[in-house]
Amino acid sequence: MARLNMVDAIDQALAQEMQRDPRVVVLGEDVGRDGGVFRVTDGLFDRYGADRVLDTPLAESGIVGMAIGMAIAGHRPVAEIQFSGFAYPAYDQLVSHASRMRNRSRGEFTCPLVVRMPYGGGIRALEHHSESMEAIFAHVPGLKVVIPADPYEAKGLLVSAIRDPDPVVFFEPARVYRAVKTEVPEEPYTLPLGKARIVREGRDITVLAWGAHVRTVKDAAARLEAEKAADVEVIDVRTLAPFDIETVVASVVKTGRAVVIHEAPRTCGFGAEISATLMERAVLHLLAPVLRVTGFDTVPPLAKSEDYYQPDVDAVIDAIRDSLRY
Amino acid sequence: MPVRSLVSYSIDRVEVLDPQGVVDEALMPDLDPGEIMRLYEHMVLTRRFDERMFKLQRQGRLGTFARVAGQEGAQVGAAFALRPDDWLVPAFRETGALLWRGLSMTQILQYWSGDERGGAFPKELRTLPVAIPVGTHMLHAVGIAWAMKQAGEQVAVLTFFGEGATSEGDFSEAMNMASVFNVPVVFFCQNNQYAISVPYTKQTASPTVAQKALAYGMFGVQVDGNDVFAVYRVTKEALERARTGSEPTLIEAHTYRVTDHTTSDDARRYRTDEEVGLWRGRDPIERLARYLKTQGSLDEAGEAGILADADQKVAEAVAAFEAIPPPGPEEIFKHVFAEMPPQLVEQQAALMARLARRR
Ligand SMILES: Cc1ncc(C[n+]2csc(CCOP(=O)(O)OP(=O)(O)O)c2C)c(N)n1
Repeated sequence: MARLNMVDAIDQALAQEMQRDPRVVVLGEDVGRDGGVFRVTDGLFDRYGADRVLDTPLAESGIVGMAIGMAIAGHRPVAEIQFSGFAYPAYDQLVSHASRMRNRSRGEFTCPLVVRMPYGGGIRALEHHSESMEAIFAHVPGLKVVIPADPYEAKGLLVSAIRDPDPVVFFEPARVYRAVKTEVPEEPYTLPLGKARIVREGRDITVLAWGAHVRTVKDAAARLEAEKAADVEVIDVRTLAPFDIETVVASVVKTGRAVVIHEAPRTCGFGAEISATLMERAVLHLLAPVLRVTGFDTVPPLAKSEDYYQPDVDAVIDAIRDSLRY
Repeated sequence: MPVRSLVSYSIDRVEVLDPQGVVDEALMPDLDPGEIMRLYEHMVLTRRFDERMFKLQRQGRLGTFARVAGQEGAQVGAAFALRPDDWLVPAFRETGALLWRGLSMTQILQYWSGDERGGAFPKELRTLPVAIPVGTHMLHAVGIAWAMKQAGEQVAVLTFFGEGATSEGDFSEAMNMASVFNVPVVFFCQNNQYAISVPYTKQTASPTVAQKALAYGMFGVQVDGNDVFAVYRVTKEALERARTGSEPTLIEAHTYRVTDHTTSDDARRYRTDEEVGLWRGRDPIERLARYLKTQGSLDEAGEAGILADADQKVAEAVAAFEAIPPPGPEEIFKHVFAEMPPQLVEQQAALMARLARRR
């Protein structure tokens, strides 16, 4: 089986879905001739031409708004926002229309579209290029929010997102793009939306993450195992909306402890939702409060201060120890 | 009922200095030889600084940044027309204009190296910090212009952006509000032909950017952006109209980005060497040098002296930049609010404790 990085895995998923379904179109800034600034859409323009791979003018609201119309009219648009920090002009279209066209029209008109965007820090980029604002999308009724952690996950989840009948915001952790390779089957496959993934089973504590920080947590778990300090269950939440309550609650009922990791700001981050859900559904099983390791309630810092901001393995281990000691 | 033409318009393009370095005397702006020499020196400094920044980036000493090479005529010419009490609202590709406004090279390096402290553009320069989200800042220029008019200050606001930015909704909103409220703002579009890989003709079907002004009831004009005299002339007139009559203007400086979009880009993927070569032949600095030489105000020794002087200033700035200690962790928290809320106090303390434990 081929070992691919996330960029190539997503590119492959797009190419295969375009092949399988002529309704799939890709649009965004620089996605055509240039193949995208991260090269995620490399080769698609040559293969499928300008009517299936649209280099758009520089207009995020335009890209998503137009994708909504395309979807209503029977296409399966996959829109790229160049960086998630530039999605805000498109937020209006997502919140006001994509997420509720189905509801407004009582199911007559729907928006089966995907909005892909690189997100998150760790790439030493300029301001607005390291945002991690997944929670403000997960907060919108009618939007699905999916975040793959590695190349294998990215391909399967993206294929599912494209085939899904509803709008999906697909966050791609930019820091993972070329950092790791996993085995990725050549054949198209799907991974379920709305299902968390148990990455590593453990007895002592449940640690939850998504995107780039699944790796951080795995590394923390491995270190604690080597030190025989704790047997950590690692969960990749994978889909923030809809959130897989069942898997997460079952895990915490088993372990009695939970830590959530995200690099997004702490206040109203998705960790808060997870923590509240555990309060409601598993409070009598909890042996310690649900802890969070998060970014700060600050602007994501520029390159030179970025390491201060990012949750790292040590911070995760500290939190796990705090929970175990509680 | 007859069909009548309701409105018809035309758009002018202004050129003063031709590629051979010959000026149209009738259009030559009112600049004395000393000013022209300063323009030239500043364009050279901008070029040398840009080249040095590029080297620093390639050595890993700077982060990603947007080069200005080829656009010195447009941005320096426009900035030169500002008065110190006017405002400048830049995008992210205006190093030459920022330098002219009095920002230090050291600070510019600090900003692009990923140090937040570099963003502290001194308030008295009336120059806003870099705005990365394309097209968003022009509205701020409109708001500042409105406030200046309210205050009775006879000053203008100049805002820079690329032709790609004209596709954003915010551009239309800014243009519309500027003319509805009749505020003293000059929209200065550096049409460098590409928004990353997207060429002008795929960005807009409008033959010129300048004509976009007409729909908003605004005056619009195109200028040869590699002709610093024409840029200066047109911008000066627009700023004057803004200061005295509070009238907004859209200027399109027709120019070209001869380098990659940023240091993360590879422009060979989407354009030909021939095209780039053609535009390198229209270099704004060489064009001005030709003029100065025919005037007898510049010879080879003078040229070399100006270069050496620029390189010396750049070298000093780089040395000063490299001596700056890295930002401490507190910089992240310092300026989120005027007063730090308890959550941030706690988060900062937690970070400090974590760092202390690791030391
Ligand atoms: C809202 C937004 N979308 C996308 C980007 C990424 N991006 C940075 S520069 C750029 C192209 C800008 O083109 P133009 O406005 O013509 O200015 P130029 O870079 O050519 O000076 C893009 C797409 C961004 N910074 N902001």
